[in-house]
Amino acid sequence: MAEVTIMKIGSILIIPIQTELHNSAAVQVQQDIISNIEQAGVRGLLIDVSKLAVVDSFLGRLIGDTAAMARVMGCQTVVVGLQPEVAITLMELGMHLEGVYTALNTETGLELLNKVIGNRAGEIETEPSAGDEGV
Amino acid sequence: MKGFKQMEAKSIPSIEIASTEEIVAVRQKVRKLASDMGFGAVDQTRIATAVSELARNIYQYAGKGEVTISSLEGDRRGIQIVCEDSGPGIADIELAMTDGYSTVKSLGLGLPGARRLMDEFEIESEPGKGTRVTITKWL
Repeated sequence: MAEVTIMKIGSILIIPIQTELHNSAAVQVQQDIISNIEQAGVRGLLIDVSKLAVVDSFLGRLIGDTAAMARVMGCQTVVVGLQPEVAITLMELGMHLEGVYTALNTETGLELLNKVIGNRAGEIETEPSAGDEGV
Repeated sequence: MKGFKQMEAKSIPSIEIASTEEIVAVRQKVRKLASDMGFGAVDQTRIATAVSELARNIYQYAGKGEVTISSLEGDRRGIQIVCEDSGPGIADIELAMTDGYSTVKSLGLGLPGARRLMDEFEIESEPGKGTRVTITKWL
């Protein structure tokens, strides 16, 4: 299941969803994220959906559930890069992504995430590490 | 569709929905047609999302079914999608159209959400026989 790459930078997992996911692939990604959180030190998730042209109620729910699972494991989630059309459609659909932080892009998402997980300025972990393949 | 003198419909071959891969495929097809017809980016996303919800309902409740996408070329242009299955049907359509109602622990936004995203929404269902949902967006 190599459809989604999960990158770990410091205490943050970055998950850029690059392809339209069907059910089993989406559920697999959720499991991969959760088992990754188990690794020591992961306190933040950044899910990048900027490549997604459609976020339906199934995927919206999956993101919300993943964030809720992460939260009970002590991990905060920021969803970044919702396309304007997708944002409009989600609201009309009735999905409000409650309980999930959102940001415009990866950069502001990382700032927000570092703030909510309490990394002090100066300690912000944006130094590319071995796992960073360029976001 | 009353009041329109001429309504010609051009359909692309029906797409069978029997797995979730086909849900992704059908929404890409409908977006392509909507884009070719001249729908804007927001409407393309609304239409693709509505179809995704209905195709997922087919898969979830009936196991398999069919989606037929047509362009309506007449006095008024639009895109029409028919989603039908021979599944268990819906006993109480009014209840099924309520936000948050679901028999499978989903969010229950599929039918009411698809109705909000489209201009026209028609549902016919008979328990034990199946369900047909017809949705239309005008250009």
